[in-house]
Amino acid sequence: MVALTSEGGGLVREDTTSLKAKLRRAERVNRMRSLSLVAPLLIFVLAVFVLPIGLMMFRAIENTEVRDALPKTIAALQDWDGTATPDEPVFAAFAADLVQTQKDRTTAGVGKRINYEVPGARSRFLKAGRLIDAGGGGPWKEKFLAADPEWGSVPFWAIMKRAGRTYTPYYLLNSLDLRQDATGAIVRNFPDQSIFLDILFRTIWISFLVTAATLILGYPVAHLLAILPPKHANLLMILVLLPFTTSILVRTTAWIVLLQSSGVINDVLLALHITTERVQLIFNRFGTVLAMTQIQLPFTILPIYSVMKSIPAAHVRAARSLGAGPLRAFVSVYMPQTLPGVGAGCLLTFILSLGYYITPALVGGPQDQMISYFVALYTNREMNWGQASALGAILLLITLGLYALFNRFVGIDKVKLG
Amino acid sequence: MKLPVSASESFVEFAGVQKTYDGEILVVKDLNLRIRRGEFLTLLGPSGSGKTTTLMMLAGFETPTVGNIMLDGDRIDAVPPEKRDIGMVFQNYALFPHMTVAQNVGYPLKVRGVAKAEIAERVAKALDMVHLGAFGGRMPGQMSGGQQQRVALARALVFEPKLVLMDEPLGALDKQLREHMQIEIRHLHERLGITVVYVTHDQSEALTMSDRVAVFNAGIIQQIAPPSELYERPANSFVAQFIGENNRLPGRIQSADGAVCKVSLANGDTVAATLTDAARVGQDCLLSIRPERVKIAPNGEAMDNRFEAQIAEIIYLGDHLRVRCVLDSGGEVVVKVGNAEDRPPLDIGSRIPLGWRAEDCRALDAA
Repeated sequence: MVALTSEGGGLVREDTTSLKAKLRRAERVNRMRSLSLVAPLLIFVLAVFVLPIGLMMFRAIENTEVRDALPKTIAALQDWDGTATPDEPVFAAFAADLVQTQKDRTTAGVGKRINYEVPGARSRFLKAGRLIDAGGGGPWKEKFLAADPEWGSVPFWAIMKRAGRTYTPYYLLNSLDLRQDATGAIVRNFPDQSIFLDILFRTIWISFLVTAATLILGYPVAHLLAILPPKHANLLMILVLLPFTTSILVRTTAWIVLLQSSGVINDVLLALHITTERVQLIFNRFGTVLAMTQIQLPFTILPIYSVMKSIPAAHVRAARSLGAGPLRAFVSVYMPQTLPGVGAGCLLTFILSLGYYITPALVGGPQDQMISYFVALYTNREMNWGQASALGAILLLITLGLYALFNRFVGIDKVKLG
Repeated sequence: MKLPVSASESFVEFAGVQKTYDGEILVVKDLNLRIRRGEFLTLLGPSGSGKTTTLMMLAGFETPTVGNIMLDGDRIDAVPPEKRDIGMVFQNYALFPHMTVAQNVGYPLKVRGVAKAEIAERVAKALDMVHLGAFGGRMPGQMSGGQQQRVALARALVFEPKLVLMDEPLGALDKQLREHMQIEIRHLHERLGITVVYVTHDQSEALTMSDRVAVFNAGIIQQIAPPSELYERPANSFVAQFIGENNRLPGRIQSADGAVCKVSLANGDTVAATLTDAARVGQDCLLSIRPERVKIAPNGEAMDNRFEAQIAEIIYLGDHLRVRCVLDSGGEVVVKVGNAEDRPPLDIGSRIPLGWRAEDCRALDAA
């Protein structure tokens, strides 16, 4: 130590490095221990969350159907300049590929993929398959054109060439009602296929309505929870949390019982002569928002409550003693302090609402189906996983965007649940 | 209903005030209290003694169950807190965390509709007053406890209230800062001539700062007096016990001759003491002697009471020593000895003569 202070800097530097090395060595055991403690959860999250989501995102741009089924055609198209109908070599290669796809029974699959971008292409492919099955040789260009003049369409071949690439922006563009035209430029999709922006805005709008409803209904409850003496607050808390003990499916079907035309609410309205005929309360926007609001209320209330709980009662008293009336004290001193909780609760409810599937499916009408419904539709019914993944990816992006906004303006570290 | 009240008399008056929260236990029992204009009055007492409830009734956050409160000649029991024109400093400062220091201090002016330019001017002046002139743009969370406390002070004073209430404002500060702030608040009081009602459970704080101290216990004011009187002439054994250190000797009053009485202790010794209103001849009493008024080896001085004792313990405290002595006739007396160069030699186990004067030994109630 004496040498350190009285002599040159070299010794000091050497000593600190060895000190750092010692520290690292000492810390390593601790680090390994904490790592081994979180390892099971980390592996679980990676396996069942990060990996599937990554694969899903990948499916949104993956595009192997045409590449795998029509390799010769795609190779022959590489030299095609896209100005006129391709020549015989391309058609010959196409015919050779179709022989293989007929054998593998994948003609319909490729046709379906092209059909996404060129309506009617699937049946044309099936017809071409039968042409191949009939036997005989070339020249194939005349044969195809004779069977269907559409085989001579330049834009069709441009789309074929593009569909042969391993990755495609098609699904993502389609999810935003955009498409690539024959030249590759991004343009608006055909009006009859432009449904997704509408669905996206509907999803956001319904989520917004639900968030606003939970906030208006939940804020006073959260305040009451925060100011009641513990005995009563506990009882109220149980009531707030009670919905968690029932499944969403049961609660949603209960709404059907209540709200249907011959349901309890309509009976009461009629009996009290508030209405003269039965009111449509379900299978529309009202029913959807109502049922979702009921499910989401605790998610909005709890973060607001936890923030309110931390605001000292002395703040409002101080404001009153300084000359502010009860309302002014509440608005200018209490409410601004609850904003992180309001932000957290609303964000939570909004994000959860974006992904609703079962409730709109059961109590909504056709115009109330949200994006998740279409993800399910494309996954289960249409077997178009690319489209389902693209919709999912866009939903994920919106969520992450909201999260980033919230973090920027409120700070995610302010979020507490309970 | 404005009543003619002279300024020197009572600026604040509690008349027959009682308060109960549950209808069974009276937290404040029959409170009659007059506070003079410009006075620094401290409400002192253990927790649950009713001092904070009294302050809250004055601030308007609690209403008296019985009785009424007058402020500057007006009955205020039905006036809401925001209309009372009373500044208040809270225990944990209660600064608004989402406003800057300047916005905090400007808040009472803003809600009163004062013009912006005037607010800025008065806020700057108030912050200068508490030596925080450069801190207006800070958020309260970025400041130390002592600075936050000064902001709270500036905020409670900036609108020139009739009365300033302080509810244990220094409770959250460390000892050194607390003592510094005591002096600072005291100086502010002297400079501005404001009336302050201050609540604390810290007796040294009460003695340091106040013009008068009201000692609360069990919902009743035990004594209200200037600090010196409170310390030297406690009215009853609770006050003697609560304020400062105190030697207690139980006995019975045998006879009285004017202010001086003869008290016989349990072992038969007789002590000359000062009779107070709290005790009667023929009844049990508690003798109270401050440790610094008991003298060791009081040879030259005239002492009404002299006893032989044995030193049982010596505690060294730097500037003074605390010597615990056992009287030959039983009973314990703690003696405070200044650590001067001429102090008598002290050893544990050695026998020493003790003495004290009758006027320093007060016969109080036996409670």
